[in-house]
Amino acid sequence: MLAWFARRIVQSLIVVVAMTIIVFLAVNVIGDPAAILISPDANQIERERIIAQLGLDQPLWRQYFSFLAGALQGNFGNSFVYGMPALQVILERMPATIELAIGTMIVSLLFGVPLGLYTGLHPESLPAKIAMSGSIIGFSVPVFWLGLILILIFSVQFGWFPAGGRGETGQLFGIEWSFMTGNGLRHLALPVMTLAIFKISLVMRMVRAGVRDVLPQEYVKFARAKGLKRPRILYVHVLKNIMIPVVTIIGLEFGSLIAFSVVTESIFAWPGMGKLIIDSINMLDRPMIVAYLIIIVFLFVAINLIVDILYTLLDPRVRLSSF
Amino acid sequence: MTSLDPSDSDIAPPRSRSPARRIWRAFVGSRLAVTGLGVLLGLILLAVFGPLVVPQDPYDLMQLDVLDGQLSPGSPSAAGYTYWLGTDDQGRDMLSGIVYGLRTSLMVGVVSALAAAILGTSIGIFAAYRGGRIEALVMRVIDLQLSFPTILIALMILAVLGRGVMNVVLALVIVEWATYARVARSVAMVERRKEYIEAEECLVIPRWRILFQHLLPNCLPPLIVIATVQTGRAITLEATLSFLGIGVPITEPSLGLLIANGYQYLLSGKYWISLYPGLMLLVIILAINLVGDHLRDVINVRRLQ
Repeated sequence: MLAWFARRIVQSLIVVVAMTIIVFLAVNVIGDPAAILISPDANQIERERIIAQLGLDQPLWRQYFSFLAGALQGNFGNSFVYGMPALQVILERMPATIELAIGTMIVSLLFGVPLGLYTGLHPESLPAKIAMSGSIIGFSVPVFWLGLILILIFSVQFGWFPAGGRGETGQLFGIEWSFMTGNGLRHLALPVMTLAIFKISLVMRMVRAGVRDVLPQEYVKFARAKGLKRPRILYVHVLKNIMIPVVTIIGLEFGSLIAFSVVTESIFAWPGMGKLIIDSINMLDRPMIVAYLIIIVFLFVAINLIVDILYTLLDPRVRLSSF
Repeated sequence: MTSLDPSDSDIAPPRSRSPARRIWRAFVGSRLAVTGLGVLLGLILLAVFGPLVVPQDPYDLMQLDVLDGQLSPGSPSAAGYTYWLGTDDQGRDMLSGIVYGLRTSLMVGVVSALAAAILGTSIGIFAAYRGGRIEALVMRVIDLQLSFPTILIALMILAVLGRGVMNVVLALVIVEWATYARVARSVAMVERRKEYIEAEECLVIPRWRILFQHLLPNCLPPLIVIATVQTGRAITLEATLSFLGIGVPITEPSLGLLIANGYQYLLSGKYWISLYPGLMLLVIILAINLVGDHLRDVINVRRLQ
């Protein structure tokens, strides 16, 4: 177990290093940093001075190592737009994005698991068929357009929920959260709904497939033969086995939620990381783009690692076969 | 896969139906999927012949009249026809805009899916056939790439390359090839252990012929399913990137851009600018998913993913 764990961490580190090389090469070789950083009015002498000052005349591998050394200390340079260290700007925006992702995950589970259980137990019933057809629409509807339609219905037409911003926030652990106030919760409603429609469909289908898979198995028959009550079979024996793939998917989907926050945050003017990166790309804020990419890589590698570990802890079969 | 067919057994007479026909027979069993296919074909025809049908070329500035801007659906135009779906802020007929946007969406989706399919399948089949270190390396790269959400990889690529139709296609190909490669590899792994491949190796048939003339056709059915679903994803992704302002440049027609245009007018109740292009997008994706969903049941690829 310990050996597996160590190997997995080394693998993750290799991935992080590989990704920093890719990001570095992409930004510095394909894009021309000198063209972005030096004003077009600068004369030749000035140009060369700045190039030497930025180290752009150094061989590429040496540039990479000084970039890596800076990155390890959390130094990605100052944002052109905000005039602050890029890392600091991103970290300030991160709680907003994570709040959105966690909120969506909770809502998706609250709706997806019961729907999946129901459709799995009564696959031929009318509500189950409606839910299954609905899930195809849930998979198909483009997230960004769904956000606009929800604004149109719930903000413009009915005026129930605000169309943008985080609203009032309350403090918890020294960080500002929207879910701490009633007003903030109302601001959370639409972005969470936008992201959750797809995830509800996904969770529902996974749970349904799990139920269909598990029900005909011997141990369920045995539990029934033993005279266990139906709810106990369902919620203890069946659900437990279904939750293994569901937990994996939730972990991985958590990452995709953070990625898709790019879309929802742009629509709902939600001040998180996703909106930040889009603004930075549009304003060519290079240190910001690099810092964001590195942090995202780090975040994803961490999420994948955690999912892998959880998976091993939940399912002894994986633990035993991974050696 | 063919051996599962009862008509393949020794007792049955020489088989009269090809796998393609068998799949087709099973496919038409679902009314929903056939409807999806019909809608899809209709949309493709509309995309091809659309410019002949619609009243306006919405990307020819000479034909636009700013005075016709933000008209609600059903308003008459200065030129005499009716704006059935209204106009956007620049006086662009939404119906014409949607048809032109449909052309871009389908073109980008199909071209990128095709290119990614060719690239990914070749890599996947080659990896499965060669095995050993090359296969292990390819699989690690695929795993690594698939552990990142597609939108994020596309975002990274476009942040570096900048806007442009070809850049979007390139980004989509880079995003998608891994899915094809993974599926192609797992199908090919099953196929290559079969006796006909062994027989061909004994006959010293050139490797490329074994790979592409004999192994590839037998791997195609599951890949077609993946291609269907992936085309839908590519179209959504293109629209999303264009909506965010990092995809197709504003001089090109795109459903995503039309929706983005309408975003700022949404709060003042001018719903039609964003609503209709999005509905078109939804109909395309829905049709593709209905076809893909049913194909998946017919061909049964779940175990390969």
